[in-house]
Amino acid sequence: MKRAFPIFAILTALLLAYAFYQAIWVAPMERTMGDVQRIFYYHVPSAWTAFLLFFVNLVASVIYLARRNPRADVVALVSAEVGVVFCTVVLVTGPIWARPVWGIWWTWDIRLTTTLVLWLIYVSYLVLRRFSDSSQTPKLAAVLAIFGALDVPLVYFSIWFFRTQHPQPVIGGGGSIDPRMLHVLLINWLAFSCFAIVLCWARYRLERLHREVEEAEGLESLRGVSR
Amino acid sequence: MSSLRSITVATLTKDIRLEWRSKDALNSMLFFSLLVVVIFSFSFDPNAEESREIAGGLIWVAFLFAAVVALNQTWARELRNQVLDAYRVSPAPATALFLAKALGNFILVSLLEALMAPLFVIFYNLRALGPAWQLIPVALLGTWALVVNGTFFAAMSLRTRSREIMLPLLLFPISIPAVQSMVEATRIILAGDGSARFWIVLLLTYDVVFTTACLGLFETVLQAE
Amino acid sequence: MPVTLSALVKQFGRFAALRGVDGEFDAARFYVILGDNGAGKTTLLRALAGLAQPTRGTISILGKNPHEACREIGYMAHPSLLYDEMSGLENLRYFARLYDISGDSRCEQVIRWVGLDPELSRPVGNYSQGMRQRMSLARAILHDPKILLLDEPFSNVDVHSAQEMVGLLKAMRDAGKTIFVVTHQASLLEGVADEFIWMQAGKIVDRTSGLTRSAAQ
Repeated sequence: MKRAFPIFAILTALLLAYAFYQAIWVAPMERTMGDVQRIFYYHVPSAWTAFLLFFVNLVASVIYLARRNPRADVVALVSAEVGVVFCTVVLVTGPIWARPVWGIWWTWDIRLTTTLVLWLIYVSYLVLRRFSDSSQTPKLAAVLAIFGALDVPLVYFSIWFFRTQHPQPVIGGGGSIDPRMLHVLLINWLAFSCFAIVLCWARYRLERLHREVEEAEGLESLRGVSR
Repeated sequence: MSSLRSITVATLTKDIRLEWRSKDALNSMLFFSLLVVVIFSFSFDPNAEESREIAGGLIWVAFLFAAVVALNQTWARELRNQVLDAYRVSPAPATALFLAKALGNFILVSLLEALMAPLFVIFYNLRALGPAWQLIPVALLGTWALVVNGTFFAAMSLRTRSREIMLPLLLFPISIPAVQSMVEATRIILAGDGSARFWIVLLLTYDVVFTTACLGLFETVLQAE
Repeated sequence: MPVTLSALVKQFGRFAALRGVDGEFDAARFYVILGDNGAGKTTLLRALAGLAQPTRGTISILGKNPHEACREIGYMAHPSLLYDEMSGLENLRYFARLYDISGDSRCEQVIRWVGLDPELSRPVGNYSQGMRQRMSLARAILHDPKILLLDEPFSNVDVHSAQEMVGLLKAMRDAGKTIFVVTHQASLLEGVADEFIWMQAGKIVDRTSGLTRSAAQ
């Protein structure tokens, strides 16, 4: 298992480089938007990866509440942290793309807005984890994750209906996509997913070690103190 | 089940009695609500045309801030003298405690709204061009949406540092669909601009989903030390 | 054995308050738990009451875990666990509802038994510490529990009230209750307690029948 990680990490780096090459040089230029459109290959896969990670967080949280399995809690923490990173990428690339193309920084586009709310929910999740006493944090965080997950469909519906009342520009357009672009998009998504796995894996190991040290310290350190 | 109801009622009456006896908290909350309305009026010039457009948003944001102040208060009472421990060691169910606190908060926040709403109407010269009676279900469902999650997250915040800031931090993101529904529904009713039915149904759905979640998960939060 | 602890560990992050506590405790006995600050006495009591979830290990109270046995457990601590703005009787009336006890008679009986007046309408917040701790004791025994857990009950209490409370506890032990008291004022309990439990750094290091320990510190 120890060997697997560096090998996987190197492969991921290669895949990312290849995906970059595909996105910037190989993919065809978009008719109306020009080169700026290439940010699409970062914006969309980041979003999919973020949503996937938040789903992992939900599953891990439910497992933790049901079984009190400490590893599930570590998975929940790790997937939330990495998920927030990818979510931030989506929120930053969105306006960067929107401004030159549509002339506005932000739009209450359904996907972008849902992403924003998800980001807010998971940042509040991370703040809760940071601010609460370590013995009870896993339980409280898992409960919050479930609340967040229940909220997401409601957020989606409320924005969807709002937009039918107040039409807004849509970032990225709705229509069909050129199969060559789809191909590049999928390559980038694969690369991003692997990158997410690398980050989660490394963070997971780090957190496990950190907790083992904490536990050992707690049980052993007082031995020198007791008379 | 009868013990659940009787414990909920007993806890609620106890809370009302305690709130009544320490009127300072109530009075300062009422005054705070008044201040919020006045500050909003200074910040958002109540010209008749625009005011009806933004009144829906303003009034609910004002209620949200007043609610957060109230919500932070109600658990504080259980921490003095560690009384919450006495509840936790008893056989009384956690859900009864939650319901009692949520209902108490609902009454308190409704009281604040009953004070603030007429002031808004006066300062902004509001008139409902649509069916005004619909504002009642919107107010009831909307207030419950804020209060049910607010009570739950206030209990969660008890176990954290920076307790007072934790509550709005946790509550605001999760409340976004509810706040949007309340604001849109109010705007539609005041402006007479279509049907608010979708938003009322969404509020109802929000309330059902989160009331169930709160009742189901409160035990876990209560027993967290 | 009414109360059994097995390999009990309680960790708060980096700090281990209990580092492997074992013990068996009999019915109708008066146990006093002693030790320096930070030895884990309060944590042990809270774990017995069901207020602190063990990280590892088990607690068995009358064959059940603390939550299941809650009707048989009475808990009292240095804070009063009472509402300052209500009178003693109003407080007890509320807590009686939590235990499915209806009517005032039990509440009044218990208040009289601890030496206070049920008719007193003064809010508990205005009581002296001695009165407050006695009312807290009344709350703890309202439902006639078999096991009593008291954490620093005599702290800041005048000598007369403290001695009266000791008398009440002795009577309860004689009536068959199992009593655990955590205190720094062990001299009050000499002659009444059946066993002294000495704790240090999260473990029980000794159990003696008198207040002197043979082993060197």
